[in-house]
Amino acid sequence: MKAIRYTGLILFLFSFFLFLGLFFMSSYTLSEDNYKEIVKAEHRELLDENFESIIGKSYSLSITFVNDINGAIEEVNAQMRTDQKWDQVIYDQYASALTRASTNGLIVENTTLLFILVFIVGTIGSMMFILPQAQLAGPPGIKNNGIFHNALNNRGWIGILIGTLLIIFYILLYFYDAYIMNWIILVDPVQNLINPGAQASQWFLYGFLYCFAVVVMGIRTIIKYRHSKYQIVRTCSVMFFQVAIAFLLPEILVRLNQPYFDFKNMWPLDYDFFDAWHINTLTSAGGLGIFMFAWGITLFAVGVPVFVFFFGKRWYCSWVCGCGGLAETAGDPFRQLSDKSLKAWQIERWMVHGVLVFAVIMTVGVLYTFITGSNSLFGLDTYTFLRKPYGFMIGSIFSGVIGTGFYPLMGNRVWCRFGCPLAAYLGIVQRFKSRFRITTNGGQCISCGNCSTYCEMGIDVRWYAQRGQNIVRASCVGCGVCSSVCPRGVLNLENRDEEGRFGEPILIGNNSVKVRE
Amino acid sequence: MQHIVILGNGVAGVTAARHIRKLSDAKITIISGESEHFFSRTALMYIYMGHMTYQHTKPYEDWFWEKNKINLKKAWVNKVDFDKKMLLTESGTEINYDQLILATGSQSNKFGWPGQDLKGVQGLYSLQDLALMEASTKEVTQAVIVGGGLIGVEMAEMLHSRDIPVTYLIREKHFWNNVLPEEESSLIDRHLTENHIDLRAETELEEIIDDGAGRVKGVKTKDGEIIDCQFVGLTVGVHPNVTLFKNSKLNLDRGILVDENLQTNIPDVYAIGDCAQLKNPPPHRRDIEAVWYVGRMMGETVARTVIGKPTKYEPGVWFNSAKFFDIEYQTYGNVPVNLLNDQKAFYWECEDGKKCIKVVYNNADQTVIGINTFGIRQRHEIWNKWLSDKKTLSYVIEHLDIANFDPELFKRYEPEIQRLYNEQFPNKVSITKPSFFQRILN
Repeated sequence: MKAIRYTGLILFLFSFFLFLGLFFMSSYTLSEDNYKEIVKAEHRELLDENFESIIGKSYSLSITFVNDINGAIEEVNAQMRTDQKWDQVIYDQYASALTRASTNGLIVENTTLLFILVFIVGTIGSMMFILPQAQLAGPPGIKNNGIFHNALNNRGWIGILIGTLLIIFYILLYFYDAYIMNWIILVDPVQNLINPGAQASQWFLYGFLYCFAVVVMGIRTIIKYRHSKYQIVRTCSVMFFQVAIAFLLPEILVRLNQPYFDFKNMWPLDYDFFDAWHINTLTSAGGLGIFMFAWGITLFAVGVPVFVFFFGKRWYCSWVCGCGGLAETAGDPFRQLSDKSLKAWQIERWMVHGVLVFAVIMTVGVLYTFITGSNSLFGLDTYTFLRKPYGFMIGSIFSGVIGTGFYPLMGNRVWCRFGCPLAAYLGIVQRFKSRFRITTNGGQCISCGNCSTYCEMGIDVRWYAQRGQNIVRASCVGCGVCSSVCPRGVLNLENRDEEGRFGEPILIGNNSVKVRE
Repeated sequence: MQHIVILGNGVAGVTAARHIRKLSDAKITIISGESEHFFSRTALMYIYMGHMTYQHTKPYEDWFWEKNKINLKKAWVNKVDFDKKMLLTESGTEINYDQLILATGSQSNKFGWPGQDLKGVQGLYSLQDLALMEASTKEVTQAVIVGGGLIGVEMAEMLHSRDIPVTYLIREKHFWNNVLPEEESSLIDRHLTENHIDLRAETELEEIIDDGAGRVKGVKTKDGEIIDCQFVGLTVGVHPNVTLFKNSKLNLDRGILVDENLQTNIPDVYAIGDCAQLKNPPPHRRDIEAVWYVGRMMGETVARTVIGKPTKYEPGVWFNSAKFFDIEYQTYGNVPVNLLNDQKAFYWECEDGKKCIKVVYNNADQTVIGINTFGIRQRHEIWNKWLSDKKTLSYVIEHLDIANFDPELFKRYEPEIQRLYNEQFPNKVSITKPSFFQRILN
């Protein structure tokens, strides 16, 4: 059994390092034909001179190739700006298309083989590593053994290394997709399977990797918490929503010539829902498009209050949401790293609600522009001052680079806790109008601290449990792990009558004094 | 301003301090030599197992004490002068008090075995014990634990988490059989075996063997068997930590004797928690109850007396809980090891052999007096009410589903339990069958 695990680990590491290595395993040569095909004629007139030295030259690294291309274009743009020829500045992003067309060598020639070596072998390796735990880890139950002795789980060198890699990955993904063309090409076989003839984009790569992480680590989560049916069903739910609804369905819709649409995403997490291009795409796509638009609005306007009332925000955050899904699966090994201090809670409240306010203002601005056709609201350009900074700071940096990159450093719910505007909105409903709460069991709490330690949202669960007070917190995503790790059966996620939800804390067992904490 | 000094910063002392602070502005000082801050003693095992760090076991953040004007003094106290109302610390500092609350906790028992003070032999009670265990088990390839109680099984789990094989000597026929009835303790026996604990029932320790360098190299049982090991956990219970008060004016028996107001024989001196011994315990309770909850409740109670509102300590229905590896245990009311003449028990055990409930009742009027539950969480509030209201067995079985505290989606065993009841008893109860929607909407 142990031998199987180690073999699996070796296979996985092989795939992992092969994947990293693939970054370097292509060469790039821009041909005259590709240049002519991709770059518009009016731009070629301006660029020909600068591209002369690039065309036909062989590059061994995507970074230098892309930098040369962008440098060549930027040089022209700089000249145009100096000459104040604003209409001739080139805004087209040619780098990705040119890089893809110019990539040749190992990855282009052996895409399928390499895909198998990375993802199929990687999956087999991970499964060999993960599945035997069902036997080796002993009978079902909480086995958090050694977590705080481990270099991965406790901000040791492995954690820091993985955090660094994730941060670099997200920066490349969001801002320098042309650099990672090798990885994008690698998932072409999957893209072709769903949409023959289509080429993968960086977002397809991201969606695929996301599903890979959620499924593989989801299986790990299921095995780890296999004594808890709540955890098993919940994990299956996030795996399903990620793979079927967030990844496959939109791709299938595209194949059916319908708009790309993720039915489980919603505003304000889906911050471009009200962007003009998005509204136009949906409303001009016929009946289904209109339905999608109506669905998206209904989901946050009606779905959120109704479902949160009955089940708490967990119906979304830890059962459906993609960010939540990743946090509960790939992020599970890091849940204990969230900051539980009062200070952190204070910062959290300002930040997450601040982002919600920002999202609302941004959306109002965008809609104002959409409806009136005027770009400026109170004298400010809605794109430059609202939509663009939101997309950059919140959409990319916060939710991606920090949200996931910081898993091994600050826990798996950094984004959900400090940044997600949808979580803030769901949380406000949960705090004030919901049947959901975590109840504490009479006087049974022994203040051990497992609940607080393993709360990914940084809630000091013990604070409530040891004084016999219901836990009604805006941030609670209802993952149920506090209840799972409690050694004395104190905590339980319950949907009950609203009455008594905010009841005074009472500890049972002492008849001398009615203990009101 | 009054100065209230609390000796001991465990749950009893700290709860007392917190409640005094809620009720008065008196100056409060907590003295402890063990740790600067209050930590959860019950969580010591999780530090060793790597589930948590020491920091995580502190129920209150470090700023809490200053904010609530509770002075913390880290010092060992060498002497208490009750006449001068003064404590003397190891470093020679004198601390005067107006009122003194003794919450000194317990000490591990040692029964005079040869070799019991060798290196690698220890109990587990304090933070210092934990540090010692951490150091002593570094190179250990075999450990022996002596004593089938809660700390023993915790130690077994701790060592098991580090892949150290454990031989577990217990005096009784089954694990914790002096507290748990045979069916329940057998259930735990099986679970320990499943976790590769080498359980030796009815085996007593004769001596601990020296390796010649002052370290343990094995143990010898009363049957003459020698078990090689490099670590011995002595977990044969605890006794009140009252060494400091021997030969003082304080009335002691096994613990510090206190009246119903938790007051000792000396005015302005109280004792709470593990170290206190009730002179007149209520009929359903023991005189010394060294458990977390009792410490907490005594702390809550003594706080009122100390601030001038004399309050009797009146513990309600007994309850307790524990976890044996993966099996959770809760108990409410009274479940004796051997039933008295007029008592009977209803016992259900799950097919998997890992969950059971035992409900004990008076045969004459069928009133329920206690429950043991393993692997199924029960609602304290409901059981407290049922036992106080003296509900009958059939009532309890019929309504068992409302007492269930298991997480959502867990398999519910009430129908199975009710069917078993109906097989065994003439007065049938109806079987609980909530619909799916009732389930999810509650």
